[in-house]
Amino acid sequence: MAETKRKRREADSNISDYAIYLEDVSKTFSDGVPALSNINLKVKHGEFVFIVGVSGAGKSTLIKLLLRELKADSGNIFVNGFNLMTIKHGRIPKFRRTLGVVFQDFRLLKDRNVYENVAFAQRIAQKSEREIRRNVPSMLSLVGLAGKYKAKPKQLAGGEQQRVALARALVNQPKLLLADEPTGNLDLYNTAEIMKLLETINENGTTVVVVTHNDKLVNDMKKRVVTIKQGMIVSDAENGGYFDED
Amino acid sequence: MKIRTFFYTIEQGVIGVFKNKWFTVATVATISACLFVFGIFYAIAFNVANIVRNAEQNVSVTVFFDEGISEERIEEIGEIIGRRSEVARYELITAEEAWEKFSEQLGEYAQGFTENPLENCANYQIYLSDVTMQSQLVNYLEGVEGIRKINKSDFTADTLSGINMVLVYVFVGIIVILFAVSIFLINNTVTMGISVRKEEITIMKYIGATDFFVRAPFVFEAMLIGLIGAAIPMGLLYYLYELATDFISEKFAFLSFLTFVPAWDIFIYLIPFSLCIGVGIGFVGSFFTVRKHLRV
Repeated sequence: MAETKRKRREADSNISDYAIYLEDVSKTFSDGVPALSNINLKVKHGEFVFIVGVSGAGKSTLIKLLLRELKADSGNIFVNGFNLMTIKHGRIPKFRRTLGVVFQDFRLLKDRNVYENVAFAQRIAQKSEREIRRNVPSMLSLVGLAGKYKAKPKQLAGGEQQRVALARALVNQPKLLLADEPTGNLDLYNTAEIMKLLETINENGTTVVVVTHNDKLVNDMKKRVVTIKQGMIVSDAENGGYFDED
Repeated sequence: MKIRTFFYTIEQGVIGVFKNKWFTVATVATISACLFVFGIFYAIAFNVANIVRNAEQNVSVTVFFDEGISEERIEEIGEIIGRRSEVARYELITAEEAWEKFSEQLGEYAQGFTENPLENCANYQIYLSDVTMQSQLVNYLEGVEGIRKINKSDFTADTLSGINMVLVYVFVGIIVILFAVSIFLINNTVTMGISVRKEEITIMKYIGATDFFVRAPFVFEAMLIGLIGAAIPMGLLYYLYELATDFISEKFAFLSFLTFVPAWDIFIYLIPFSLCIGVGIGFVGSFFTVRKHLRV
């Protein structure tokens, strides 16, 4: 009993070093198709990691597990210290506030302007109006959209919408930023701009995990690259590159 | 709930009503149409029940006394009758009053009588609070000392109580069906309106909103729409009811039995009931629909 507790304490202290800690994680869909098999992945605080793979490799499932949109069938998942295998439904919002999330399709609230979209994340975090008035403009300045705070999403170009999404993801100062194909809908110029922003964010201390199948982007950045193929991690390389076999 | 969350909920709920115009219009129209039809049947049922009740109150039982009965005993019998729960009111018709009334019908033929031929026809006219209790009262009165004869109309009493029962079943049936259809239609509209905003709910959940924070503005919005949807038909019905009853009373004045319940007597129950239905359906419909989309 004491031995088990000691091991758990050791494991816990170990886990706290990581923003993401996945151990033997498997997920099978209800139709019996395996999505992920025995995934082991550890991402330390402050790292910048690419997760790459072709369509259907399991990248999106992995993101959903990290967001606790899905629950794994087996294994252990710790994100920012939260045990996602045992977390109660009522605690999930608190966990998600430690994350910033960016999607390929931006997922902005279409009926609210740029300011309100970013302020919304602050309102959810129960920030006061004074804090919101202070934090939102500075975050919009960081992503280069201070002058467009009144614009509605549909009045913005794709790159600008993604910047808004980034500002919203970062305004609550998350420990971890998950970006799912953040440049998938952007041209080369905007892709480079967004990646520059992500690097800056990472340099400021936020762990950044980018899921993508953009090989050029990955190869240019020279960061850690985790490759998933058919639901399994097939390589995990520092300063790695992306070789699309298909 | 923090004060700013409360105000945020109210603000977003009100904004939602105007932001999703088509959803608001469709839901308000559905709720209004359902409650309007429901209100019409309720008002008709209330009035028909009132007409039957009035007819029942005119059904009387007549009690005649033994010959040579003392005035004290007649008074005692009156007190006995007055204590009965089946009795709404009763009145003594003396022999003189009975003859006076009858001679009016006889006209000039009445002049041939030198004495009151209805000397032994003093009686109590008893009006019932419930016609179905007529035979129970008659059975009791037959055993009372000093009563010679009891006149009653079994046909009228049975017919009215039969009509009353049929009306109760018919109207309760119609109102229950209308009510169920209303809930189904309104709930469907609320469900559709919220389902198209699934993406909005999903985004909120990804950012870390609690179920309450996501749900509260939607629920408040649906309750507000329910309230508006219920208030419109009530206002309209109140106005139309007064218009219709005035018109019918004027055009069909010869139908003396056609008396209408004052609008306020009906709407004092119908208005709060309908408003509660509107708000309640808004609450229940949105609460469960949003819950379906909260599992993100």
